[in-house]
Amino acid sequence: MGRIDHQSVITANDRAEISPYVRCMATTDHLLSSVEVARFVANGYHRMDAVVPDELNKEAIDVFDAGIPVIYHGEPVAKVYEEGSFARRLLAVPAVAGALRSLVGPDPLVDHQALHVREPHEGAAQALHGDAIIDTRPDAFDVQLMYYPHEVTGTMGGTLSVPGSHLRRTNESDTGRYQNLRGQTRLTCPAGTVVLLHHGIWHGGRRNDSDRRRYMYKIRFNPTVPQVRLWDTSDLDDPRVSEELSRFFPWCEHATGRLEIYNRIKLWRAMTGNASFDIDLWATRVANRPGRAA
Amino acid sequence: MKQQVMVLYLNTSGLDSDVLAWSFYDGTGKTDPTTGDSDLPPYDSGVEALQDGWRLFQASQLIPPYPGHEYDTSFLKHEFWFEKIE
Repeated sequence: MGRIDHQSVITANDRAEISPYVRCMATTDHLLSSVEVARFVANGYHRMDAVVPDELNKEAIDVFDAGIPVIYHGEPVAKVYEEGSFARRLLAVPAVAGALRSLVGPDPLVDHQALHVREPHEGAAQALHGDAIIDTRPDAFDVQLMYYPHEVTGTMGGTLSVPGSHLRRTNESDTGRYQNLRGQTRLTCPAGTVVLLHHGIWHGGRRNDSDRRRYMYKIRFNPTVPQVRLWDTSDLDDPRVSEELSRFFPWCEHATGRLEIYNRIKLWRAMTGNASFDIDLWATRVANRPGRAA
Repeated sequence: MKQQVMVLYLNTSGLDSDVLAWSFYDGTGKTDPTTGDSDLPPYDSGVEALQDGWRLFQASQLIPPYPGHEYDTSFLKHEFWFEKIE
């Protein structure tokens, strides 16, 4: 593993002290570790079980029963949500605030919000899809927060997602042909669970075979700073970083799985500012052209 | 006669390789398969499906990557379509 040149990139953390949004969210104690961020880069999501307090979960049900419109904003959190509002307090939950800042930095924009409702015995699942449109950014990504205010059991049709699918270049529901994949996650979770997803992950709401309505509240965030070393980097040289990035997923062809690792190396290089980072020489050997111009 | 269709996504281009993903479409109307309804594949390999009476009618081609896109990943690569007729 190459060493990091910590002077080469000015990170958002350098500017954290001047951000009123970050100061009010007190996130610095809850930043993700390098191992956790590497796991996000490999899996395409970061899951936090039961991190939202019961009181807020109960309030959420009332808020959601009243309905939340789908709104596209492109504005900062403080401008979209009033101080003291339900959404502001959800985003201020320390674990949520710390993880969000670790991935999209301080002062992200609220891209849009949507409340997903799956009625009891609703007959059809969503087709497997990625949100928005095909997104080829090699060194930036949006994060989608998914919040579940109540317990989600196996029959309630919790979100289906495919770990490790987020770097595949596909457009929206063109993946709708795929019904089931080895290693897919059919979400079950306790109340107050929050999952942060890379924008590209393949997912879909499943059929609700229970007698209970199921809610999922989603907010998409756009970064406003380079997504470089935004997390707690004190463990950046931990060997578990490479182990996380080297993961093979059961649904992924073995040969293509090697390309997935190559693409994660590229993303990790962008996110750390370390252009020489590599795992088992996957990226180094195919760039080795002695005596040739780059 | 009505058609049942099964799509298997395999680990390599070989029909005897492991099943990684799968889909069903049932023209008989007897079942209602949908996204995310099973964690276990119906067969371990494409050949196992043949042995159970499924007829292969299409296999994905081996297409070289476009120059400059050799490291891009996209759709599942090894797609095999089977049918049964009732």
